[in-house]
Amino acid sequence: MGKPFEIVVLSGKGGTGKTSITAAFALLAENAVITDCDVDAADLHLILSPVVYKSENFASGSKAVIDRERCTACGFCPELCRFEAIEFKNNGYYVDEYACEGCGLCKEVCPVGAVNILKYENNRIYFSNSRFGPMVYGKLGIAEENSGRLVSRIRQYAQETAKKTRARYILTDGPPGIGCPVISSVTGSDLVIAVTEPTRSGWHDLQRLIEMTGRFKTPVLVIINKYDLNKDMTITIENNLKGKGIKVSGKIPYDETMIRSLLEGKTINEFKPHGTIAYELSRIWEAIV
Amino acid sequence: MRVAITSGKGGTGKTTVSTGLFHVFSKYLKYDVQLLDCDAEEPNCHIFIKSDNVTSYPVNISIPYIDPDKCTFCGKCKNVCAFNAIVMLPAIKFAEVVEDMCHGCGACSYVCPEGAIKELIKPIGRISHYDCHGIDYFIEGRLNVGSALQTRVIRETIDHARQKGVVLFDSPPGTSCPVIAAVSKADYVVMVTEPTPFGLYDLRLMADTVKQLGKKHGIVINKSGLNYKPLYEYISQNKITLLGEIPFKKEYAMAYSKGEILTEYDKGLMDIYIGIINSIFDGQAV
Ligand code: SF4
Ligand code: SF4
Repeated sequence: MGKPFEIVVLSGKGGTGKTSITAAFALLAENAVITDCDVDAADLHLILSPVVYKSENFASGSKAVIDRERCTACGFCPELCRFEAIEFKNNGYYVDEYACEGCGLCKEVCPVGAVNILKYENNRIYFSNSRFGPMVYGKLGIAEENSGRLVSRIRQYAQETAKKTRARYILTDGPPGIGCPVISSVTGSDLVIAVTEPTRSGWHDLQRLIEMTGRFKTPVLVIINKYDLNKDMTITIENNLKGKGIKVSGKIPYDETMIRSLLEGKTINEFKPHGTIAYELSRIWEAIV
Repeated sequence: MRVAITSGKGGTGKTTVSTGLFHVFSKYLKYDVQLLDCDAEEPNCHIFIKSDNVTSYPVNISIPYIDPDKCTFCGKCKNVCAFNAIVMLPAIKFAEVVEDMCHGCGACSYVCPEGAIKELIKPIGRISHYDCHGIDYFIEGRLNVGSALQTRVIRETIDHARQKGVVLFDSPPGTSCPVIAAVSKADYVVMVTEPTPFGLYDLRLMADTVKQLGKKHGIVINKSGLNYKPLYEYISQNKITLLGEIPFKKEYAMAYSKGEILTEYDKGLMDIYIGIINSIFDGQAV
């Protein structure tokens, strides 16, 4: 048995239906380890309702804290900190925990050892079983940074789980945007499925996403969701993608079934197994694998 | 007053609300307001805002470069780097900075005893100012594709905001560092949600974050019409102000897809936005 095939579903712009589509693929894949790497807004579990059997904390960042007893207010660290994270208030220096990137430079420069670097353990990783197979997902602590590291760790656990269960696929609901967590979820994966919608913002964001994934070797397929909302835009997107050599693997019509299935906590393919969307999604999945 | 418009998840209509508020403020209430697009990964406001006079400049960081002739491979820089951005293999006399992982903090050049590290400028994003009759009414922060330092771009964008008057931030979605970079600089936070289980789940995280930051806040329900009770229960149980509801209509989605500002498209929405503005400002802003 070879290495499992890693598919990551991305969208650039949020709200395009990425999670609903991932959930349907989880059902269709039959033998997959599922992960949710949209760690800011991990929503896939709301459809898959997995049972968690283990969870652990994960530290993905550090922050500096100044010991007021020791600090002599010499002013070296605020001068050198490049993130303007050290402020002067109430006659002393404080680290603004939201601005600090935990680089540790202040600790290096402090002549009296007043700076401590603390690890932040606010993130959690959940190991669970869903009705479509094992699922690993993460939840980022409030105001945490470095979600990229959390994403890498979740994927690593998913790969270990896949080895044990001999899964054929690892299916990832990826984060929106093009920043650090997205980069971490694409690195080393086998296929990116980009879900977009025919809006000017959807297309704008998709172009940025494609440019970003172009830095990796991972091939990209596109699904246009709600394609009939603006058919001209859909055609523009299709033509442009053709020019870039990217395949549109399917188009899904706008349909309230999407939202209704969500309200019931079901995948579209469970809610309306013989509907157009379920049929189209099955066809797309078959074509992918 | 600085108002951040955000949402726990993307796609709930954050940009619709930001541009709608901007439009009602400036065109209808004739109030001089500034809009900032702080969603640097996917800046979309520009699609709805037209200007023929745009000036822009890069956001730069300093990236270290290790001079192989001066480096003695002592490893001090590698040890101090909190982001594992330095690769060093003394056996083959190799030392290099992985640019994509570097945060440009300067710790390595500070600790290097040989003065072997010099810093070079690297652009990570762009800030654009849109002008109208000499008034700087819209600023966009845009992350360069491939960079992971969105937070830096957002902070710098906000540094360029006006110091007086009303400034609206279209902030990134979520609850992690990029959102905090925008929301922590605001006086009031508008949380946009939609009446679905996803919307509610993400709203909860967002509301906890905003409370932890101690910011005044309220909720706008977008795409309302789906009678999803748990959302309304949550809002009333937690005594959060409901600023207004924007109904769902397929034609709104269509107008949005073409880059039209909805309040321009449907004047009936104007009253809803005025209601939202009145609630935010307690009826005394404008
Ligand atoms: S750890 Fe780095 S970012 Fe944080 S306060 Fe110290 S120097 Fe500034
Ligand atoms: S500048 Fe900071 S992040 Fe970059 S290599 Fe040096 S220590 Fe690491």
